[in-house]
Amino acid sequence: MAYPTDRKYTKEHEWIQVNGNAAAIGITDYAQQSLGDIVFVEVPKAGTELVAGKTFGTVESVKAVSDLFAPASGTVTEVNGALATSPENVNKDAHGSWMVKITLKNPAELKALLSAADYEKFVAEEAGH
Amino acid sequence: MHSVEAPAIRRTALNAVHRQMGAKMVEFNGWDMPVEYPAAIGCGIINEHIAVRTSVGIFDVSHMGDIRLAGPQALGAVQHISMNDASKLAIGQAQYSALLYPEGTFVDDVIVHRLAADEYLLVINAGTREKDFSWVRDNTRQFDCAVENLSDDYTQIAIQGPKAVDLLQKLTDADLSAVKFYWVTHGKLCGLNQILMGRTGYTAEDGFEVYIPSDEATSARVWYEILAAGKEFGAVPCGLGARNTLRLEGKLPLYGHEISDTINVWEAALDRFCKMEKLEFIGRAALERAKAAGLKRTLVGLEMTERGIARDGYKVLDKGGREIGYVTSGSPAPFLKKNIALAYVPLEFGAVGNNLKVEIRGQGAGAVVVPTPFYKRPKKAA
Repeated sequence: MAYPTDRKYTKEHEWIQVNGNAAAIGITDYAQQSLGDIVFVEVPKAGTELVAGKTFGTVESVKAVSDLFAPASGTVTEVNGALATSPENVNKDAHGSWMVKITLKNPAELKALLSAADYEKFVAEEAGH
Repeated sequence: MHSVEAPAIRRTALNAVHRQMGAKMVEFNGWDMPVEYPAAIGCGIINEHIAVRTSVGIFDVSHMGDIRLAGPQALGAVQHISMNDASKLAIGQAQYSALLYPEGTFVDDVIVHRLAADEYLLVINAGTREKDFSWVRDNTRQFDCAVENLSDDYTQIAIQGPKAVDLLQKLTDADLSAVKFYWVTHGKLCGLNQILMGRTGYTAEDGFEVYIPSDEATSARVWYEILAAGKEFGAVPCGLGARNTLRLEGKLPLYGHEISDTINVWEAALDRFCKMEKLEFIGRAALERAKAAGLKRTLVGLEMTERGIARDGYKVLDKGGREIGYVTSGSPAPFLKKNIALAYVPLEFGAVGNNLKVEIRGQGAGAVVVPTPFYKRPKKAA
């Protein structure tokens, strides 16, 4: 899997794609593959404050419940409503299925995140366990 | 510091095959088992589940254990340690039953097969293999009957779904149409002689479980031959994930969840498999007392009426938010397309139609008590 280089990644398997002061957040292809058939995505409504590194939502597959961790701090501006009825979109296209959009509070936080190449190395090691 | 060595993880003879097929492997009761096969070959829990409901799926269930009781007093031994009435079994017939503690709670649930006049085979759960074998051996010493642990001798493959009989018939000379549900036969299978094939399963669907020699080469050959024979029916390999959702839709109990050493037969609502008219069996006296004392909690089926998935161990609340019970198994139901659960609640909350809540991440989400099983396979047209 080639991970898009237009975004940053967390070790908890989220991606964040920044556009000026705004950013979209989703989970990685590796995450959707480990979870299996995704049946439920729960994210907070617009206006909610996210704190970098803290949980902000849940994604569930048939078998597992998994927390979503905020890659960066900010305020939710938009929620991907399509995922409420079609959570399987995340399996089909994880990198095209954003979950929330936020306004970044402190763009400097992004420096701590992984590049596509570093993330790819990270998951290769994790999968090798 | 004194360290305790972790027990080695166990592998079935098909382990390398699962890995070769790209299965996602998990540890289950000490076994390295496939939870699901890759989406790239048309699998994943949902697809595997649907295949079993509509066509056929193939499972490696070699982690299940097998105990053979044989000898002049084998029937007496089986009657003493199990709650169903094995004297009703004809040769070649099987029954669902359970091994009970003197308290009327569960050592394990089992399928008892009568293979010959004086020979019975108990098929037991993976997580309770050693416990069950010791229990059976220790509690049958007074009978003239040999007790053997055959768990490692068999690779057990389940072929499940409405097309299971058509698939398996291609590979055997035994007349499978003559084998009724919960009966067994012996025959040639994939060139192997005298193979035990039982019309049993854990999916609430028609199907067979076959017991072949557990060497890796034979196991792999038979696995691939079954898959190849199933190609025309759209057969897929299935993992423990689908096995769990299938059995949950059919309300088939899972040890450690719906049944355990702290849950008795009446609570688990397995009355029809417990024959109190039998004069004696371990647990009978306690069950008689429990019946007289009255039932306090009961196993109910729940369907979520609000967004959210009930999971194993979640709390069940009454309408007012007071904790009244717990979920034993909960999951999305891939065929029914609902979020369902089994839960223990006090008797007074158990009526069908009763509105309850399940606590999901601190919030009560609405659920209603529904009739079980959630899924019943359609009766075949004559």
